[in-house]
Amino acid sequence: MADTIAYAETRSGSLRPVAGEVVAAARKLADQMSGQVVAVVVGGPGSSDAAADLARFGADRILVAESESLDLYQPDATVEILDSAAKAVVPGAILFPASAQGKDLSARFAARLHVALGSEVTEITVEDGAPVITRPMYGGKAYGRFRFKKSPALISIRPNVFPATVDPREGAIESLPPVEVVPRTRVVAIESSERTALDVREAPVVVAGGRGLQDASNWRLLEDLVEALGDDATLGASRAVVDAGWRPHSEQVGQTGKVVSPNLYFAVGISGAIQHLAGMRTASVIVAVNKDAEAPIFGVANYGVVGDLFEVLPRLTEEIRATRGSAR
Amino acid sequence: MRSIVCIKRVPDSEARLRVSPDGKTIDASGVKYIMNPYDEYALEEALRLKDQSGEGTVTAITVGPDDARETLRSALAMGADDGVLLRSDGSMDGVAVARALADEIATREYDLVLFGKQAIDDDNMQVPAMVAQMLALPCATVVVDLEIEGGVATAKREIEGGHEIVEFDLPGVIAAQKGLNDPRYPSLKGIMAAKRKPMEEKDIALAEPTIELLGLTPPPARPEPQIVGEGPDAVPELVRRLREEAKVL
Ligand SMILES: Cc1cc2nc3c(=O)[nH]c(=O)nc-3n(C[C@H](O)[C@H](O)[C@H](O)COP(=O)(O)OP(=O)(O)OC[C@H]3O[C@@H](n4cnc5c(N)ncnc54)[C@H](O)[C@@H]3O)c2cc1C
Ligand SMILES: Nc1ncnc2c1ncn2[C@@H]1O[C@H](COP(=O)(O)O)[C@@H](O)[C@H]1O
Repeated sequence: MADTIAYAETRSGSLRPVAGEVVAAARKLADQMSGQVVAVVVGGPGSSDAAADLARFGADRILVAESESLDLYQPDATVEILDSAAKAVVPGAILFPASAQGKDLSARFAARLHVALGSEVTEITVEDGAPVITRPMYGGKAYGRFRFKKSPALISIRPNVFPATVDPREGAIESLPPVEVVPRTRVVAIESSERTALDVREAPVVVAGGRGLQDASNWRLLEDLVEALGDDATLGASRAVVDAGWRPHSEQVGQTGKVVSPNLYFAVGISGAIQHLAGMRTASVIVAVNKDAEAPIFGVANYGVVGDLFEVLPRLTEEIRATRGSAR
Repeated sequence: MRSIVCIKRVPDSEARLRVSPDGKTIDASGVKYIMNPYDEYALEEALRLKDQSGEGTVTAITVGPDDARETLRSALAMGADDGVLLRSDGSMDGVAVARALADEIATREYDLVLFGKQAIDDDNMQVPAMVAQMLALPCATVVVDLEIEGGVATAKREIEGGHEIVEFDLPGVIAAQKGLNDPRYPSLKGIMAAKRKPMEEKDIALAEPTIELLGLTPPPARPEPQIVGEGPDAVPELVRRLREEAKVL
């Protein structure tokens, strides 16, 4: 019997979209290890109220450290808070989101405990009462299965892979005592992108454009498609167009960009170089639009349309608008 | 500025990798190896910081087999002053590698330790923050911009939907993300000079791994690709299949 800690990330007093996924994955794991799910929430004012929602995804207990000074991610304090929670709970596993914050924190904490960390995990099973993980390696060219030799098992889960299944539990909220630390690393501000759109790692639908678009100004065509697809959709890009300065690096998908696993991925005017595939191979459904029938992207696409994107895209946007309009 | 840059030798991102029949290793025959691309950003940043401050050193350190010497040579050719090879077979366990690097770094004097944000072979994304934690150093990961003034580093780190601004007093650790700079190519002069630069080699024993590899498998196969049609006329059929077959619209 071992409990599982789920680190539920917040920003500005709200839960991040991935928090539900982490708690739901912890629920499944805890059920197989006959333990409880203890969610840990660290954040600024509002975090306690927001944290209550985690009961829905299966949190038995919710430990909250809320203070003005934790509104921005403070790694040193968060390591201490997590340490106090882990001492109180004695978990068999600690789950984090494989987000910028989750990866930073989990690595620090693994070093603190001198235990292993499995990053960007896509599957968790239980064998002989202990977690076994599967994670993509070599840019997704191979998947490794690992067993932990020490407890707790630290695991960061890839966003959008584990469903945020609803499985309510009591979720009693308890507050964690404040910790006193002199921070070595000081996060002083967050600069948000001008666009309020979802991050490409978190969006269920990604519309990605490549060099086939010919010019930055043609992104209007992709923006129209994103708009037609609704609030779940956001933009992605190939490295070629990021290097050309047409799109920001934050949108780059691939080996030297972001690894995404949306439900639906549109690759428009993208050839499908091996480094690009490294970033989007695990999407559930891939649609490719390319004028070259031999383009490697068609080798991974569930559905391909061979044709000039400047003709195909406006039609696609129009059809999707019509479909979604009638569906509502 | 005295910088230490941790670099790793990895298979080229273009390489077609196969799982060996033993199911536990990658068949690396005929594969070209390169310096981990993110480590090039780290090294470039260290070289620029040295140039800007007009003084200091850049030391490249790697944990790896004999062949990793080549990767150190490339670092020296780009402009690093000296190289250190901590000879071992390496490990997929980030904690063991971080421990070895931390032990070596602890014996040296430095202002900044630079890493890539991720090694493109094990994709662990953990060694930099682990080393920082082990050495009780401040650390910023996924850094796309770095300013150093008066012993204080200000780093911009990439987060979902924006950036975090992180400050710390030197000495400290950063892990470089693409966008930090444009790494230089080694010049012919640099390649020649690299042959005469000091390279230290020592055998090390990595700590017992905290994780055990049960097996490697090829990625799950994708469904058989379908070409729906050509040109805009294929669009209604595409949308129908997305809606009715794939149920994603
Ligand atoms: C170390 C390393 C790391 C890398 N990391 C990444 C990474 O993270 N992400 C990434 O994406 N790449 C990465 N790359 C680069 C990668 O190798 C490719 O160069 C890049 O992905 C190509 O981008 P692209 O598909 O937009 O451009 P291209 O390869 O030029 O493809 C453009 C495509 O558009 C099609 N096209 C042109 N006009 C039209 C039209 N009118 N209608 C329809 N189709 C059209 C063409 O047929 C072609 O297939 C990396 C490379 C290296 C060496
Ligand atoms: N064997 C190694 N030798 C030297 N540096 C390494 C080694 N492994 C990882 N690193 C450093 O740690 C970074 C992140 O690696 P990883 O955590 O393995 O993804 C790399 O970009 C390197 O800077």
